[in-house]
Amino acid sequence: MQMSKIVRTGAVILYPFIIIFGLYVILHGHLTPGGGFQGGAVVATAAALLLVSFSREDVRGMVRKAVLSVQESAGLLLFCGAGILGLLAGLPFFANVLANSGLLFGMPVVPGPNPGDLDTAGVIPIMNIAVGVEVWGGLAIILYYMLSGIRGEGA
Amino acid sequence: MRKALVFAIFLAWAAGLLAIPLFLSFGHPAAADMDTYYIENGQASAAANNIVTSIVFDFRGFDTLGESVVLFTAVTGVALMYRKMREGEEHADE
Repeated sequence: MQMSKIVRTGAVILYPFIIIFGLYVILHGHLTPGGGFQGGAVVATAAALLLVSFSREDVRGMVRKAVLSVQESAGLLLFCGAGILGLLAGLPFFANVLANSGLLFGMPVVPGPNPGDLDTAGVIPIMNIAVGVEVWGGLAIILYYMLSGIRGEGA
Repeated sequence: MRKALVFAIFLAWAAGLLAIPLFLSFGHPAAADMDTYYIENGQASAAANNIVTSIVFDFRGFDTLGESVVLFTAVTGVALMYRKMREGEEHADE
C-alpha cells in the first residue's frame, strides 16, 4: 500500500530539508530554543513521512531498522559516556568538565545577551547530539514496528 | 432532581476552583533563591546561552538520563509487543 505519486514526490523532496532542520535544532540546542529531544523528534518525522507515503518494500532501502536500532543504543551509550566524563575528572556524575576548559566546545561565553558561539557549553552539545540521535532512532523505530504490525495482516 | 443536585455540586466545585486564583498573588513565588541563582550564574558556569538547555542537560542531567532511559524502555516494549503479536509467522524483516 502506498500513497499517490504527488505525495511520494513531495515526501522525497521534503525529506532532506526536514533532516537538515532537525539537525540544526539538535546542534544549536545550547544557543537557540530546542535541543536533543525536539530536534530528534523533528528528524523522526522525516522518517515517518517516508514510512507512511511509501510501500514497505520501497521504504526498506531508505529507512533501515538495523541502523535505527544501532542509533538508539549508541545515543544512550554516548549520553551515559558524557555523564561518566565527570566521574573520570574526579567530579560528580554529569559534571560539565568541558565548559570553560578550552578543549572541545570549551570556549567561555560572553556574559549578557549575545547571539552566542557554537563552540561553547562543554558537554551540553555532546549530550544534545546523543539524545537527538537516540530520539531519532527510537521514534522512527516505533513507527516502523507499528506500520509493519498493521501491514503484516494484509501483505 | 438528582441531575439538578449533581449540577449544583459541580457549579459549587467549579466556583471554588475559579475562586482560588483570586486569592493567590502571582509574580511573587515563595522560594525564589534557586531560580535567581540559575538566572544570574547559569550562563557563566554552564557556558551556554540557552539557560533552559543548561538546566535540562547540566544542572539536571540525571533527570534527562532518566527520560532517555524511559524512551529506550518504551521502544523496547513496542518491539517486544509487535514481536509477540507476530509469533508463529515468518519475520519478513528480520
